Amino acid sequence: MSQGTQGAQLDLAGIIVGIRRMAPMSLFVVIFGLAFGVAALSRGLSGLEAMLMSALVFAGASQFAVLELWGPEIPLLPLIATTFAINARHLLMGAAIQPWLAHLPPAQRYASVVVMSDSNWAMAAADHQKGETNVGMLVGGGIALWVTWLFGTLLGVLFGSGIEEPQRFGLDVIMGCFLLAMLVGGRRDLSILLPWAAAALAALAAMAWLPDHTHVIVGALAGGLAGLLLPKRKEASP
Amino acid sequence: MTLPATAVGAIAAIVLMAMVTYLTRAGGVFVMSRVPIGPRVERFINAMAGSVLVAVITPMAVHGDWGARLALAATLIVMLTLQKPLPAITAGIVTAALWRML
Repeated sequence: MSQGTQGAQLDLAGIIVGIRRMAPMSLFVVIFGLAFGVAALSRGLSGLEAMLMSALVFAGASQFAVLELWGPEIPLLPLIATTFAINARHLLMGAAIQPWLAHLPPAQRYASVVVMSDSNWAMAAADHQKGETNVGMLVGGGIALWVTWLFGTLLGVLFGSGIEEPQRFGLDVIMGCFLLAMLVGGRRDLSILLPWAAAALAALAAMAWLPDHTHVIVGALAGGLAGLLLPKRKEASP
Repeated sequence: MTLPATAVGAIAAIVLMAMVTYLTRAGGVFVMSRVPIGPRVERFINAMAGSVLVAVITPMAVHGDWGARLALAATLIVMLTLQKPLPAITAGIVTAALWRML
């Protein structure tokens, strides 16, 4: 990311351009939001709670994953750990564009990342490498995603409450299928299967022998530790 | 430690999630302006991000019914061939619905 030119600015025109460029992708986000709304209702969240989660958390995979923890009681530590572990990739994404955002005033810098999500980050990072100084893609693209995610959730909440017996129509599997699609969607090499296998075995073991809901944390940590065993990437070696 | 799933409890849980998520969004920018994230930490985070999803999905497949298992299999196959999440998820839902209709 060091090839980018110096400087960065954020203005309304750039934000509007960002919103426009994200528009095609945003249509898909409506459908994911709808799926989340339906899944949230089926797990016992109220419509308002589902909307609030989409508005404030704005991170689809973690929202779907915590639905698995939702019940008469919500376990706090697994909730925090699951949210953190799934969204920990943001740490790397933020770190990658930090040299660019460093040119913005701190208030703009930390406000811009409120809407940082996978696709607007990817487009903005590509902009930066091409020498673009306007951060509008990150912010405008994020706003477009946020609005459509919220709109989709609203549709799911309105439409989902009318569905009786959601499992008959296969709607209870939306969550698992969404997470699986996110999991295998990225470009990866096969070595990632080692941490994933460690995570799967650890999660099943934790489910059998450890207290309820600890399997996500145990699996994530086991996978992370197994990741340390992987050979270094070419660019990482000195 | 648990929160009751009353309106107040659920909203508290959601606000907590929002705070943790913002921490991840701002944290990389904040930390990077002080210390660079080393390759070991990067490998750990990369492996952990996928592993948490694996840890959520695996019990669904192992403890779920055949409708759920076939749905996950259909999603996996379509995702690996087309690399498009929407058809993959649709394939999963349709598979579960068809299996349960039989």
